[in-house]
Amino acid sequence: MPRQLEGSRAVAEAVALCRPEVICAYPISPQTHIVENLSQLVKSGELTPCEFVNVESEFAAMSVAIGACATGARAYTATASQGLLYMTEALYNASGLGLPIVMTVANRAIGAPINIWNDHSDSMSQRDCGWIQLYAETNQEALDLHIQAFRLAEELSTPVMVCMDGFILTHAVERVEMPTQQQVDAFLPAFQPRQLLDPGEPITIGAMVGPEAFMEVKYLAHAKQMQALQLIPEIAADFNDAFARDSGGLIRAYRAEDAETIVVALGSVLGTIKETVDELREQGRKIGVVGITSFRPFPLDAVRAALGHAQRVLVLEKALAVGVGGIVSMDVHAALAGVHRAGGVQPHAYTVIAGLGGRPITKASLLGLFTDAAADRLAPLTFLDMNWDVVNRELERMGSSRSSGPHAENILRDVGSVAAGPV
Amino acid sequence: MKAPAIRFYQTGSFAVGNRLLDPEQRSVQAGEQRTNSITCGHRACQGCGEALGARYALDAAMRATDGRMIAANATGCLEVFSTPYPETSWRIPWIHSLFANAPAVSTGIAAALRAKGREDIRVVGQGGDGGTVDIGMACLSGMFERNDDVLYICYDNEAYMNTGVQRSGSTPPAARTATTQAVGPEPGNVFGQGKSAPLIAMAHEIPYVATATVAELRDLEAKVQTAMEIRGARYLHVFVPCPLGWGSASKDTIRIARLAKESGIFPVFEARDGEVTDVSKIRRQVSVEEYLRPQKRFAHLFKPEPRTEVIARIQAGADRNIRRFGLLTLSGTGGDAALTQPGVAAPAGNGRS
Amino acid sequence: MFEVRIHGRGGQGVVTAAEMLSLAAFDEGRYAQAFPSFGSERMGAPVVAFCRIDEHEIRTREPVMEPDALIVQDPTLLHQVDVFGGCKREGFILINTAKSFDELGLGEFVRDFRHERLLTVPASELARENLTPPARAVANAALLGGFAALTGAISLDAVARAIRERFAGAIAEGNVAAAQAADSWVKDELRELSGAASA
Repeated sequence: MPRQLEGSRAVAEAVALCRPEVICAYPISPQTHIVENLSQLVKSGELTPCEFVNVESEFAAMSVAIGACATGARAYTATASQGLLYMTEALYNASGLGLPIVMTVANRAIGAPINIWNDHSDSMSQRDCGWIQLYAETNQEALDLHIQAFRLAEELSTPVMVCMDGFILTHAVERVEMPTQQQVDAFLPAFQPRQLLDPGEPITIGAMVGPEAFMEVKYLAHAKQMQALQLIPEIAADFNDAFARDSGGLIRAYRAEDAETIVVALGSVLGTIKETVDELREQGRKIGVVGITSFRPFPLDAVRAALGHAQRVLVLEKALAVGVGGIVSMDVHAALAGVHRAGGVQPHAYTVIAGLGGRPITKASLLGLFTDAAADRLAPLTFLDMNWDVVNRELERMGSSRSSGPHAENILRDVGSVAAGPV
Repeated sequence: MKAPAIRFYQTGSFAVGNRLLDPEQRSVQAGEQRTNSITCGHRACQGCGEALGARYALDAAMRATDGRMIAANATGCLEVFSTPYPETSWRIPWIHSLFANAPAVSTGIAAALRAKGREDIRVVGQGGDGGTVDIGMACLSGMFERNDDVLYICYDNEAYMNTGVQRSGSTPPAARTATTQAVGPEPGNVFGQGKSAPLIAMAHEIPYVATATVAELRDLEAKVQTAMEIRGARYLHVFVPCPLGWGSASKDTIRIARLAKESGIFPVFEARDGEVTDVSKIRRQVSVEEYLRPQKRFAHLFKPEPRTEVIARIQAGADRNIRRFGLLTLSGTGGDAALTQPGVAAPAGNGRS
Repeated sequence: MFEVRIHGRGGQGVVTAAEMLSLAAFDEGRYAQAFPSFGSERMGAPVVAFCRIDEHEIRTREPVMEPDALIVQDPTLLHQVDVFGGCKREGFILINTAKSFDELGLGEFVRDFRHERLLTVPASELARENLTPPARAVANAALLGGFAALTGAISLDAVARAIRERFAGAIAEGNVAAAQAADSWVKDELRELSGAASA
């Protein structure tokens, strides 16, 4: 049934439909509405049986989820940015122990400087922690992916994080189709743990593993993600059968089959990119876009197959690997390296860093960017809509004095701020 | 439920005196039906106070819960020596997650059991002083504040033993550790504020807080039993000497624990809802010096020359505990006055150096 | 696609206004996307919210750069924040004030705009007249009534339904009344304008 809902509300209702038994979360912008909605559903008795634990930190949130999941309860939490970092140790613990926890990451930049707006630096920083990472393009996909995530996590015994752009998706009110409880129950069976803390059959979980066995245990985490490469499309297909919607999967191509230039991106920016692609197509440009939904495991084969025929590939990223450049780009390049090995011509590759700290990515800017790319007028690494004057002034300051002051404050003074005054 | 007072002592040994008792008076450990929650074959040092304390505490908890219990353990000695891959000493359902999160993992287990309508199964979280008092304090406090139905047991050997005896927030003044060495003008740990986890627990006004030592194992068992009769957040702080870290003889573990109590260094008491309800009195007070001497971690207080002013400061701390908790009876002659009559020496087996 | 941008200050219900606008469009069977541009979460800070309305799925996620309609809920923003950035000459502008565009010092700025699309409406007063207690009345719902009349982008009925979905009881009815009052007010103004134009 179609409803007009805030993204956070949609996700909360979808999670509730999955019958979680323990929800443990610590508030952080821009995830707050998700956990507030869930706490209301639990407190009113609509979501039952479910324990909502108000934890004292994100580290505690993931730890409570670990304890709950090991005791056979379907466990859920949500976080963003600094909160994700604060639970880093526990993230690795959860995946290392093979606990199928599902978590929403409301993508937000990591400080310093402190910034509450959207980019992908948080989830990207945890790309190697062993969690499956799925990125939602719309609020519909965000809610759908949570339902798929529980099934995926529990089948593999691996935790899954569903990433959705903070504010842009979480706080956007738009039309979504909300499934019914019966539909979700039919799609998502009850949790059957592979390992269980049970006085009836005592086991030890969390033993120390030395050099003689660590590599094998670690490899199994990787092997499970390789299995996920099969399972993710299967679950998406099942979902399509059950809910009549194309949500999830590994990647999604749009007007890419005959494209000479293909843009690659993750998350909500794909919507704006598609609008731009349509306008350029009207002008006769052969341009398309490939959205990556499953970032971990990274679908090397699917990406190679989708991009291999293009002349150039532009990876538009909302995160920066300080000291080297793009993050998604590295994985895309790994996929493209296979093109040459298979006897094809490797596309030119461009990395564009955009939207850091919530800087809007506009269609106007993308039109200029893609036009430049199509004409091969781009450097391998560019930063979209940068204020180079401000940067250069700060570099000058640094060069001229040892105690040049903090970058952020200096730049803010340059950029100016909103004043208050009489009418 | 108080431990039954056993009014005789075996001289020359510190056995719990079970063979001569009626079965109902015997300790849990004496029983054939004990769970052996942590069974033999683990890798603890000879004389490890933590292994002793954990064995008593967990078997008592298993009896109190009729075998329906799940344990979460912080990283530390207990976790490491009990689970040398591929073996485990644990015969109960047991999870080790991280160093700082044992209380939170326990909270999660309790929440899951509640969601599943299985609150008949109880939860015990445990960790050393490092994982509890320092890095685990935030999660511990959160668990207290929510009054989660968890009994948390801290085995306090007063340093980060597993990683090589580094100082923790629980390390006493003047003690030598790898990071507070016995060198310089003020050798050993500084005289800081200390961090009393039992008092912090009491500040949260949780239903039950108790301290115990491995010198009074029945008392430890009784306190675990009492704790398991209560729902909500409960905290038990157990003093466990570490022969390796303290430089004491492995045969002296129980004796040193007794000296810690009898000197006033370690108050033994119970508290409910933030107020002390019962104190285990000092039987025959000893000077702190008697307690410090058998431990090489305090050797620098005696050699090359005695540091009387430092020892006096430590004594002052013990005296303060005695005053604060009322560890001596009003007559000042110690507990169990019936045993100690004027002119009659106390039984030789008690508190003997 | 019809794009709206709403300017106000924290605490004035600007985000809720955009949300209600999207609810109204949804009620009419259309697609709508409403979202805020956040600054710090504090009362009195400038807030911008956006709403897009279309007959099919809306894919773009950028802020509304060139609004078809601009709503300014707090006139104290007019000379401090660039509320008019990207405004189209043929766009609609609705400002919450009892003053005229000239009195606001905007006469010169809007000289080349289509005058039947520029209106001020005393939405705060209308809200205070229809809600209890008046001191706590917020102008956002009233402004949506005025918006419906000015632009015809959504119907007053849909606005009323959206208000009743978002609020309950006396608050809902008071807001609906305020929206209706603003709708009448704007229609009267438009009649006057077109009367004056043809005179």
